[in-house]
Amino acid sequence: MAIVETRAVTKVFKAGTLGAVNDVDLVTEDGEFLVFLGPSGSGKTTLLRMIAGLEVPTSGDVLIGGEVVNDLSPRERRIAMVFQSYALYPHLTVYKNIAFPLRAQRVPKDQHRKKVEWAAGLLGIGALLDRKPRELSGGERQRVAVARAIVREPSVFLLDEPLSNLDAKLRASARAELEQFHRRVGTTTIYVTHDQVEAMAMGDRIVVLNQGVVRQIGTPKQVYDDPADTFVATFLGSPPMNLIDTGEVIVGFRPEHLVPAALAPSAALKFNLKIHNVEYLGSEWIVYGVPEGDRAGDKIVISRVPSIDLKIGTNHEFAVAEPHLRLFDKATEKRAPARPVSWP
Amino acid sequence: MAVTRRARSSGFGLGIAMILPAVLYVLLLVGVPFGMAFFYAFSDARIGSGGDHFVGFDNFASILDSPSFRTALKNSFIFTIASQLLVLVGSTALALALKDKFRGRGLVRFLIMLPWVAPISLGAIAWKWILDSIYSVINWVLIAVHLVKPFDKPMWLGTPKLAMISVIVVHTWRLLPFSTVIILAGLTALPRDIPEAAAVDGAGFWRTLFEITLPMLRPILNVAMLFGIVFTFTDMIVVYVMTAGGPYDSTQVLPSLAFFTGIQGSDLAAGAAISIFLVPLLVIVAYFMLRVAHRAEVT
Repeated sequence: MAIVETRAVTKVFKAGTLGAVNDVDLVTEDGEFLVFLGPSGSGKTTLLRMIAGLEVPTSGDVLIGGEVVNDLSPRERRIAMVFQSYALYPHLTVYKNIAFPLRAQRVPKDQHRKKVEWAAGLLGIGALLDRKPRELSGGERQRVAVARAIVREPSVFLLDEPLSNLDAKLRASARAELEQFHRRVGTTTIYVTHDQVEAMAMGDRIVVLNQGVVRQIGTPKQVYDDPADTFVATFLGSPPMNLIDTGEVIVGFRPEHLVPAALAPSAALKFNLKIHNVEYLGSEWIVYGVPEGDRAGDKIVISRVPSIDLKIGTNHEFAVAEPHLRLFDKATEKRAPARPVSWP
Repeated sequence: MAVTRRARSSGFGLGIAMILPAVLYVLLLVGVPFGMAFFYAFSDARIGSGGDHFVGFDNFASILDSPSFRTALKNSFIFTIASQLLVLVGSTALALALKDKFRGRGLVRFLIMLPWVAPISLGAIAWKWILDSIYSVINWVLIAVHLVKPFDKPMWLGTPKLAMISVIVVHTWRLLPFSTVIILAGLTALPRDIPEAAAVDGAGFWRTLFEITLPMLRPILNVAMLFGIVFTFTDMIVVYVMTAGGPYDSTQVLPSLAFFTGIQGSDLAAGAAISIFLVPLLVIVAYFMLRVAHRAEVT
């Protein structure tokens, strides 16, 4: 078990260009499940690879368990990593794949079988030990990769988009398994993903990254309810937060908080919406409309309501209650303190 | 229906026309000489005499009796196995060194390709001078650093053991680029995250090399090695230029012996028998070559 820390870590691949990772400071808690979330190219994988020791930071320090590990090789960092492609050794059986870290770390041979069987049992792949990776399904490969990572009980567990190669259904069950698994072993885990659902569901805390910069670190609830800037506001949530430029500030509100005016008695923001399109998603409706009177140009705002009876092309009054408004500074796009909003 | 049939038959004709040059080329330049060698091996043909009586296995019986042949057979195996081992180790090391980027990699890769690009005889002649009994630069250097005495310098091509070592080294030098390029291609094709996974799992350089990289490269290594075996078993240029099989047949290999017996010694029948003596063995090697190449393709 260990705490991972980065201090002003920067990675510049080509001198003179923008870094892939810029000045990242973060500290995990012991046993925490920390998620790096960001779009592709946001530097999340590069940051993870620097923690793993597969990439050398251009500047800054990486600390594991309070010790600067910049000059240590991956093997000396006592970390385990699951790669996006799983990187199983194709010529070795599942048993030998899982046993490889034990052999490499010179764990006494008589303990191998016990440990491999423990790891395989934990992931439910005990029956596959004699197979080769190519004889396994995607989900089985992913479990072998996880088993190989945990078999030597690492102090830190790094996962690089381990679910992105699975189909949607399998991904949901694998996600639940990984969560359960983390609760059981309690190892500090850093998990990279571009999938906000994974991040929200699994993370104790989420680090939102964009262009190599940390935009926000917080619990799933914090980053969703109180985004630090407009990037976080629009990156998380599907459909994303509505942002409306009122002239002095940018006003943000989640689609689920934009409701027919009758349902929001203490509305702080109220306007007529010309309905453009309505989508029925089973449990909810997504309503797309343009605020009437050219108040926001052609800007489409989105509402998400449990049930509704609206016709495309008609006008309806929608409103947002005061506690659900989030204000952002127009210049910096960062969160601005709450204040009464006037939208002429 | 008629249209498709005509299209198919004209496509078939086109296919034949396309493959014909290659087939003719192989038949005329490889098949005919090979057939003639077979024919001569069972006859009493000599240069100048048209004698072509069938003599059964007489030629084989007589070459098997000849000490020269037995020496050449043994030498062929020593020459092939030793040079292939050196090539395999050397080219793997070179390919590993040339895989990663460094300043001047392009130049080094070019230099390593040179022995393959240059005409073999030219390279062998250069080596002949380097190993010359009087003008050898190697001896000059060894004398200059007082490792050998001026009046007792090694006769690289003049003593049986050193001559064998010399031809093996030169042949290795010549085959190294080919093998290196094949292995380099194989290395580049390995997924990058597998050695990274090994590093994270705690494997050092040697463990990663012997337990991960080389086993994954095995199909490629097999291809390189089998090609090398065929190239070496059937090649006589290095031996011919550097030692002409000497001293006392100590570097004579089967192809050079076949040439000296059949062409220079004008005993066509015996030469042909020597040259096709290894055909069964090479057919087996070729069979494995095809199988391995096929497997490398599939996985």
